[in-house]
Amino acid sequence: MKPNTPLQTLLLSLADDELILGHRDSEWTGHAPILEEDIAFSNIAQDEMGHALVWYSLVETDTGRTPDQEAFEREWDSFTCCRFVSYPKGDFAYTIMRQFLFDQAETVRLESFLESSHPGLKEAAGKIIREETYHLMHSQGLVHRLGDATPESRKRMQQATHMAFPQSLGIFEPLEGEAELVSGGVFAGNRSLQAEWLRRIIPVLHSVGLSVPADPGGVRDSCIPDYGGRIRDHNEHLKELVDNLQSVYRSVPGGTW
Amino acid sequence: MSEEEARIWNELGKITDPEIPALTLTEMKVIRSVRVNGKVTVVFSPTYVGCPATAQIMQEIRTCVAALGYREIAIETSFTPPWSTDMLDEDAREKLRMFGIAPPPDDASDIASALELAVHCPSCKSDQTTLESSFGSALCRQIFYCRSCRQSFERIKPI
Ligand SMILES: [Zn+2]
Repeated sequence: MKPNTPLQTLLLSLADDELILGHRDSEWTGHAPILEEDIAFSNIAQDEMGHALVWYSLVETDTGRTPDQEAFEREWDSFTCCRFVSYPKGDFAYTIMRQFLFDQAETVRLESFLESSHPGLKEAAGKIIREETYHLMHSQGLVHRLGDATPESRKRMQQATHMAFPQSLGIFEPLEGEAELVSGGVFAGNRSLQAEWLRRIIPVLHSVGLSVPADPGGVRDSCIPDYGGRIRDHNEHLKELVDNLQSVYRSVPGGTW
Repeated sequence: MSEEEARIWNELGKITDPEIPALTLTEMKVIRSVRVNGKVTVVFSPTYVGCPATAQIMQEIRTCVAALGYREIAIETSFTPPWSTDMLDEDAREKLRMFGIAPPPDDASDIASALELAVHCPSCKSDQTTLESSFGSALCRQIFYCRSCRQSFERIKPI
């Protein structure tokens, strides 16, 4: 198999993030603390998997590898999602914090794609960003409510912030060949996206009294970004998830409904 | 549009949306164009990219066009411009109301401000309604509660 071009690397990282987080979201179906959240997470899971399908389809136009092949036939250590999306869903506070940090990152990423020199990326972003509006409203609304509700909710949201924040920096782990994409105007690059993302998330967290384990410049070494995912260096959490995700497909190779 | 294309368009207009059977695919504005030059090309815009009805809709389009005697059929997906609830005309909105689903606001270009507008209950017309959740039984819907008739109802969410 030919090595991926920088564009394919970017598209696969986007698709894998959405697929894996979508799978984690789907784990709340039937288990969320209230019915509305059960429905919300089931919807969001479906949306994220739809977004994955769009990014995988763009890869397919280049490589001929179908979305199903990408999602179901690759080994777990071929995925290039950030580690952040692979961790277990944890408690509801962690789920909400992860979703909020990811939704903000995705929005910043999509806004950058709206200016892309790549027509396919630009077109897809114009569609997906509208759907994302609802995700961000949902997760940010819950950060506001839970971050400032009861002592228990504040405690849990603070714990979630401390755990999720360094992990979430992994969303912006540099990609192989990224410089070429930036100079070609495909997207703004992870450094600049991360800076914009910090400008957006910090005020929201501070507004409900949640402290972030690093200053916006990210220079404090108490906050080491959880890198590795983009170079396929994952952990057992992703292995377990991918085993589960692919179990039906692999039990009947080539099967159709 | 040629006569041939109009005939295909007309047939596609008889397929109902699997998730909103009150409306057809053309009333939902998910069929963008029909072209015939040797082969038939139907351009389709999904409501939501993760909509699980998409595969079924594409299959139904293919079956419908094939039944008219065409062999070579291509279905292309387009997001230019992205499907929007603004595309639904007044006739379609009224059919939604009759079906028990509140129609989307007229202008969803800015989603946040579209959500500020009053929503009328499709059964009693009251505007004493509150948004319960932006996520409902399908990706395109949200859940409201009517304080006048004390019923939950769904609305097509502005996008
Ligand atoms: Zn009512």
